[in-house]
Amino acid sequence: MSQQAAAAGTASNAAKTAEETGTAPVRRRRRASTPLYYVGIAIIVVYCLAPFYWMVVSALRRPSDQFSNSPIPDPFSLKNLTAAFSAGNGFGRSLVNSVIVAGFTTVITLILGISAAYALARLNFRGKGLVLALIIATSMFPGIAVVVPLLQLFTNIHWINTYQAMIVPSMSFALPLAIWLLTAFFRQMPFELEEAAQIDGATPAQAFRKVILPLAAPGVFTTAILVFIAAWNEFIIAVSVINKNEYKTANVIVSQFTGQYQFDQPFGTQMAAGVVVTIPLVIAVLLFQRRIVEGLTAGGVK
Amino acid sequence: MTTTTSVDAPPVLKGKPRGSQPGRKAGVGRLAAILLAPSLLVLALVIAYPIVSAVRLSFIKTIDGIDPDSGLIVHKSSFSLANFTDIFRGDTGAAFVNAFWNTTSFTIVTVIIETTIGVCMALVMNKAFRGRGLVRASILVPWAIPTAISGLLWRWIFSADGIANDILGSKILWTTEGFQAWLAVVIADTWKTAPFIGLLVLAGLQVIPAEVYEAAKIDGASAWRTFWRITVPLVKPALVVAVLFRMLDVLRMFDLPFVLIGPQKKSTQTLSVLAYNEVSNLHFGPAAAYATVLFIYVAVVAYVFVRVLGADIVGRGVGRAR
Repeated sequence: MSQQAAAAGTASNAAKTAEETGTAPVRRRRRASTPLYYVGIAIIVVYCLAPFYWMVVSALRRPSDQFSNSPIPDPFSLKNLTAAFSAGNGFGRSLVNSVIVAGFTTVITLILGISAAYALARLNFRGKGLVLALIIATSMFPGIAVVVPLLQLFTNIHWINTYQAMIVPSMSFALPLAIWLLTAFFRQMPFELEEAAQIDGATPAQAFRKVILPLAAPGVFTTAILVFIAAWNEFIIAVSVINKNEYKTANVIVSQFTGQYQFDQPFGTQMAAGVVVTIPLVIAVLLFQRRIVEGLTAGGVK
Repeated sequence: MTTTTSVDAPPVLKGKPRGSQPGRKAGVGRLAAILLAPSLLVLALVIAYPIVSAVRLSFIKTIDGIDPDSGLIVHKSSFSLANFTDIFRGDTGAAFVNAFWNTTSFTIVTVIIETTIGVCMALVMNKAFRGRGLVRASILVPWAIPTAISGLLWRWIFSADGIANDILGSKILWTTEGFQAWLAVVIADTWKTAPFIGLLVLAGLQVIPAEVYEAAKIDGASAWRTFWRITVPLVKPALVVAVLFRMLDVLRMFDLPFVLIGPQKKSTQTLSVLAYNEVSNLHFGPAAAYATVLFIYVAVVAYVFVRVLGADIVGRGVGRAR
């Protein structure tokens, strides 16, 4: 999750680059003539995609071909996929659980984060630096340090095997991330916006609601995607506070799939389920990539 | 006269802090407090409270005993340093030292490898080429896959009859106890995060003006010298922050060794996994002690980075007041 926070840090740099590219690419393009660079690019793409490709290929084999190491599934089969969704696994239900937990975490986090980030990015008040540093420091806490005491608390208040037992602790990483990203987005809007609103007689609250928030929508959307991905990928909380299959999230249930025999790990089924869990994220990230550029270059005044 | 005023006017406007009238300033302060309160309250609840109670728990030693009068099993809890002194002796001591060493070795080795690969990737990507979008897209794939799922994927790749052994022509049992299990975790983690470091470094590289490189070229600097004298110093702020965040992530690593190798394997047991094992056996005291040690470890590393290496974390996202 802190990776995303770091991404937000570089976001402002990326914005500058996008503005400067009017002249830079011409100069760069001339340097890039050697085929060596294309070899480098090919290596990077293969490095990144080969293991993922292997997951997809393994998912699309017949279960009986599981140990065949041919690069293309032959014959092609959806049996692993249907096996993943078979009733005994509870995979379909776990996808719903993941959507519920990640969805609620994202919505609550955004509501809280937007107001906090607005204060941190656009208002001048004493102790601002301290609050910022505190919020950033909280994103560094190891998850286990939160899980151990909360597990005892949740046992006492009978929250084990509930959605709130996953949603509430997820705030511990989602909220700092959201505040960090949103603050970075809010800061990029020109201050003339509020000045203009104030001249027109708007209070700071009105300036925020009617001027800043609509213009910040792309940044808010980007933040929503990143927070959702972070919550969707969460593992340590979900594996600790839930022990009933009905409430387990997709990550947890897929990692605990059991085969026909107890010690026989059903890799084919797990890869198929893994593809199902991952594909929406890959699509979201590709969309987000476009989004962030839009969000950052979307000018304010003018 | 007119010229003087027009020259003086802008600085006066700029120098004057926004909302300098006393009434407005108090209003802004109150608004800020109202806007921040809900978030700070939630953070206090989900972070400050757990940390405080983890520290408290870590000082509580629970002993199961049999009450001599009734013959029933009773838990006796008392405040003591026992959970922390146990860290250094006996079986628990051995388990702790092992987990601490694994956590540290994973952090040092993976961060060095990931940074090296990431910087290389960024340098390649920084050159203009066709299909840049494809590379950016593929670089985000390892990052987007949930760690638990990528743990499963690598467990499959590293299985006895898996593709890794097939390509290497070896018969290594990767997920059994031993150095190979540690190596499998390092490889899987490197795959997942090196591209992301590449992406962060690339953003840092792109703000270096082309003129700087041109000047170096005119002065006859070699490519090697240009890299060490221009690229490295100018990309350093972005790099230090990327490395810090990676280190903090590896220090609390849990999902990958848990899914890829298994929670009970000593070769890859990290402090997080060890604490999880204790807490799943309802040993809250020792678990809290391990979590507290990890928390302090993380805090020390972060402090060293911010103070000694000058990682400008606050400044990057939001920093520098106008």
